[in-house]
Amino acid sequence: MSVLEKQVPGVVMTPDNIRSRKLPVVTNVVIAVAAFAIAAAIVLGLDIGNWVLVAVFGAAFYLIGLSVVAGRIEGKRAARNRTMKALIYTACVLAVLPLISVIWTLVTKGLARFDADFFGSSMNNIGARDANGGAYHAIIGTLEQVGLATLMAVPVGVLGAIYLVEYGRGKFAGTVRFFVDVMTGVPSIVAGLFVYTFWVLGVSPIFNDGRPQASGFAAAMALAVLMLPTVVRSTEEMLRLVPGPLREGSYALGVPQWKTILRVVLPTALPGIVTGIMLAVARAAGETAPVLLAAGGLAAINFNPFEGGQSSLALFVYQQAGDGSKFAPDRAWTAALTLVALVLILTVAAKLLARRNKLSR
Amino acid sequence: MAKRIEASNVSSYYGSFKAIDSVSMTVEPKTITALIGPSGCGKSTFLRSINRMHEVLPGARIEGSLTIDDQNIYDPDVDVTAVRRMIGMVFQRPNPFPTMSIYENAVAGLKLNGVKKKSVLDEAAEKSLRSANLWDEVKDRLDRPGAGLSGGQQQRLCIARTIAVQPQVVLMDEPCSALDPISTLAIEDLMFKLKDQFTIIIVTHNMQQAARVSDKTGFFSIEKTGDPGRLIEYDDTQKIFSNPSQKKTEDYITGRFG
Repeated sequence: MSVLEKQVPGVVMTPDNIRSRKLPVVTNVVIAVAAFAIAAAIVLGLDIGNWVLVAVFGAAFYLIGLSVVAGRIEGKRAARNRTMKALIYTACVLAVLPLISVIWTLVTKGLARFDADFFGSSMNNIGARDANGGAYHAIIGTLEQVGLATLMAVPVGVLGAIYLVEYGRGKFAGTVRFFVDVMTGVPSIVAGLFVYTFWVLGVSPIFNDGRPQASGFAAAMALAVLMLPTVVRSTEEMLRLVPGPLREGSYALGVPQWKTILRVVLPTALPGIVTGIMLAVARAAGETAPVLLAAGGLAAINFNPFEGGQSSLALFVYQQAGDGSKFAPDRAWTAALTLVALVLILTVAAKLLARRNKLSR
Repeated sequence: MAKRIEASNVSSYYGSFKAIDSVSMTVEPKTITALIGPSGCGKSTFLRSINRMHEVLPGARIEGSLTIDDQNIYDPDVDVTAVRRMIGMVFQRPNPFPTMSIYENAVAGLKLNGVKKKSVLDEAAEKSLRSANLWDEVKDRLDRPGAGLSGGQQQRLCIARTIAVQPQVVLMDEPCSALDPISTLAIEDLMFKLKDQFTIIIVTHNMQQAARVSDKTGFFSIEKTGDPGRLIEYDDTQKIFSNPSQKKTEDYITGRFG
């Protein structure tokens, strides 16, 4: 008797019957309804929580009920499959729920001050009793700082990643990769303090008659420090995904390596690289601490990122949320909504630009 | 414009591993030469040594001399890109550039080497696609992605791309191993047609294909895994397949190998 013919105890390799009973959809729905009804009765009856707890209990009861009933009707294997599938869907819904909740909260609370005044004026000379005031200065600050940071981080990051993937060999490349990984874990406040001591206290006095000066550019430098590792790592991953035979196909046509990278490798990896850059941009746009340290947070409008302080949307949210004025929370909510919308618009725009114009799949 | 290739005592290494040991052969212009042999015997390595693609891999190097019309392509003052323009290569798996259209793929070699004039590119695209027996199938959709073609069409597109830069020699590394018999036939027909202009060297696992298309055949083999591959016999295809002078060749061809 060969190995293949041996029967493992408890496992029927060749079942006589290949059909099995299926759990009717109606039963499935009944279990779900019953689970949530019981959950609601328990939670609301004992008054131990609100609808969130009902949802959590309901999901748990549904999974238990489903596995028991399906086990009776369909058998062990099919029941396990069904329960696991339900578990995965539940996890997916639970993962999306907070996101929807955040957006819903932002929109409902942010709409209160979503007006022309908010986008057209700054917080200059706005006192605690003034209902108006806006985030114009903060929007300018965010756009300029993130723009400058992107201009600094993206070329360095993408070229660094190209070095690591296409040229880097041996110890030096390994060291660079290690320190990029270390940089990923640098807390934003550390980046802010670094720029504060290095640039604001150290270098900026040279250009300002010996007095230290906070500026949007300094904030941009701190943000660039934060963006750099993300850009390098994501670009590196994307470049590694470009198949080797594609490079060889280009070399075989007598195309030099630099041109192969520029015209074949980069375009192939472009959509992924843009996604990575946008992740870095989104992270930088949401940073508060570096801007507070390096740019100071000016209440007035300042278009010049190289001279005088600036604010940013994230910093504006932080300041308004902690402000004593009864009008401040509304401004904070609207600024938060604006920040999310801004990042969303930038991401969508970048994705549209990166999509191959004529060869879109 | 086809050129003669002469390899003498070529040994290739991957780091410290010797992949082929002192291969010598002469390939006449405007002929098709087939390289056959079991997997891992170094025929692809030898083929990649001919246009200096071998050294793309880290740690790969070569000893001996390889000349094309008496110029040693491994001389220190030789420009690698010039060698590769002279000696084109078609790979085992079709590798059209995914970001380029059929048209752009066909003229990629010209475009990436700095040819900008539209009329020149148009003419080269049509000519190379016609030579690759692909023109009639794609002429109405030249702006579609090259990666959207079938496997056989993609491989012919890669051949068109290779011959568009007007090489003297075309190397083919198992060009039909991922293709169905009809596409294989199309590519074999194409090889006969290209023979008038180019010197062709093809690596193949398909002995019928070697017997059908080639003028000369080289048989590579290894003693055992880890040994370098050697050129066992190199002669007219007719002779190799009817009356080989080496016992090993006969064993391989009649299927009694190993």
